Amino acid sequence: MEKNNRKAWLYLLPAMAFLGIFMVYPLVDVLIYSLEEGFNFASQSGHGVGFYNYGYILRDPYFLQAVKNTFLLVIITVPVSTGLALLISLGLSSIQKLRNLYQTVYFLPYVTNTLAVGLVFMILFKQTPYTDGMVNVLIRWFGGETVDFIDGPYWAKMFVLCFYTVWVVLPFKILILTSALASVDRTYYNAARLDGTSSFRTFTRITLPLISPTVFYLIITGFIGAFKAYSDAVALFGTDLNAAQMNTVVGYVYDMLYGNSGGYPSYASAAAIVLFAIVLTITCINLLVSRKHVHYA
Amino acid sequence: MPNHLDFERIEKRATVKKRIGKVFSYAMLTFWAVMVLFPFYWMLLTSVKSYSAYNGEWIPQLFTVSPTLENYLEAFTAVPLLRYFLNTLVYTLITTALMLAVTVLAAFAFARMQFPGKNLVFTLFLAMMMIPNELVVITNFVTVTEMDLRNSFPGLILPTVTSVFYIYLLKENFSQVPAELYYAAKVDGTSDFKYLWKVMIPICQPTIVTVTILKVIECWNNYVWPRLITDDENFFLVSNGIQSIRENGFGRDNIPAMMAAVVAVSVPLIVLFLIFRKKIMTGVARGGTKG
Repeated sequence: MEKNNRKAWLYLLPAMAFLGIFMVYPLVDVLIYSLEEGFNFASQSGHGVGFYNYGYILRDPYFLQAVKNTFLLVIITVPVSTGLALLISLGLSSIQKLRNLYQTVYFLPYVTNTLAVGLVFMILFKQTPYTDGMVNVLIRWFGGETVDFIDGPYWAKMFVLCFYTVWVVLPFKILILTSALASVDRTYYNAARLDGTSSFRTFTRITLPLISPTVFYLIITGFIGAFKAYSDAVALFGTDLNAAQMNTVVGYVYDMLYGNSGGYPSYASAAAIVLFAIVLTITCINLLVSRKHVHYA
Repeated sequence: MPNHLDFERIEKRATVKKRIGKVFSYAMLTFWAVMVLFPFYWMLLTSVKSYSAYNGEWIPQLFTVSPTLENYLEAFTAVPLLRYFLNTLVYTLITTALMLAVTVLAAFAFARMQFPGKNLVFTLFLAMMMIPNELVVITNFVTVTEMDLRNSFPGLILPTVTSVFYIYLLKENFSQVPAELYYAAKVDGTSDFKYLWKVMIPICQPTIVTVTILKVIECWNNYVWPRLITDDENFFLVSNGIQSIRENGFGRDNIPAMMAAVVAVSVPLIVLFLIFRKKIMTGVARGGTKG
């Protein structure tokens, strides 16, 4: 047995080495960074310990802007994308013909490069001296007022960001919900039909309770994912997100670390920890709420 | 016979209702399918419009009568797109191979071997699934910079190798293989490693393929880490390449060439997806995260 012991650790060694160096050590280190005041990259030293870094970022208008953007993004995209995914999955499960084709099409955004397709969205929404862009042409066609969605007013930029985020996250949600719907036992539906239950009632009384764990799982992962939004924003508005007023908290972390305003790992660490705290709190709240409303069969 | 008529009417109404529901379903599904496909169509279309034609269109045209491939030529000559492709290929292959080796070994140890502290270590591994990447990326950036590995493949690859989730997924799969096979192999004097290589891996091949594909997708689309760690375009991956093309390639207004690059970057994964459609979709349903 002794020999087997040592061998087991040998098998685990590569994984533990990688995780130790690139995950456990950084986790401790990031806490230390965030508490070191006046840390200097060049001399690798600071002059004291305290909460100055946290105070600094909480007073930084760029950080507050980023927090506001992120919260707006989360509050808008999570319900919209979950609801839309539910609607589409219900539609998918109600048809037989062409179902595979639709499913394949819906899944496409999952395998595409966020940066690359974001560029297409930018072109569709952007107004340039040469063209209004496809979306604005449509808006005008319906008699609306054209607006530059990429360099224009705040709400327009927020709209594009939300729209693109929903477009990107839907494939995953549709896939998960479709398989959840398919796994609902048909006998419940047959029983409901025998009793002449309306389809709306069937949905609220049978389908929704039975798939509620899945819906809830999607809401939690949706929250976490949306809080970490970053590359979608970069794809649409370029790397200088602060200038575009479209930065996210994760973007703020990376900007502090590297780039034009970079070189401040302490501020970046503090911001990352604040983000983690927010996500953890909201996940806990979600879990508490789910106890009441989620039906585990 | 009023009763009989009643039934007929109810039945008729039900069929009509059902049909309306169907039409509504199809209309909604088609609408979203168009929303999904339109950007893809648009990039393909724009990539074959000539520069002058594109810029001459105040109202963008939905089709083109004179498609051209000159933009693709431009995309591959004016910026080192081929270089980005090769980099991404090398990065993806090495990262995925390393990840597989590390993951398979660890999963095997957790699934088949007995050693003290196993449960504790496994719990710690699971706990690590909750650590967001954003939290550790800062130190990794500093570590890699200090080791002088910026703008190098080791610097790109090493921090992105491990995924605890894949270890978990594979361990679950390995555990389903009956232990009797293991004991039989032991009686025959087969070494652990040979057993893993000849029995476990072939049996669990579907899961291993799934994990591989998911990792390939992840690598191909990786943007944040490469952006932090490379500023020399000789080490750019496709995502970073696209971003730098957007910021300063081609002269900012050559949208058709930009779109040609975007198409070139998107095609490999779409082809991979169409080939392994079933595998990818079940794989993501079991273990994907995004959104």
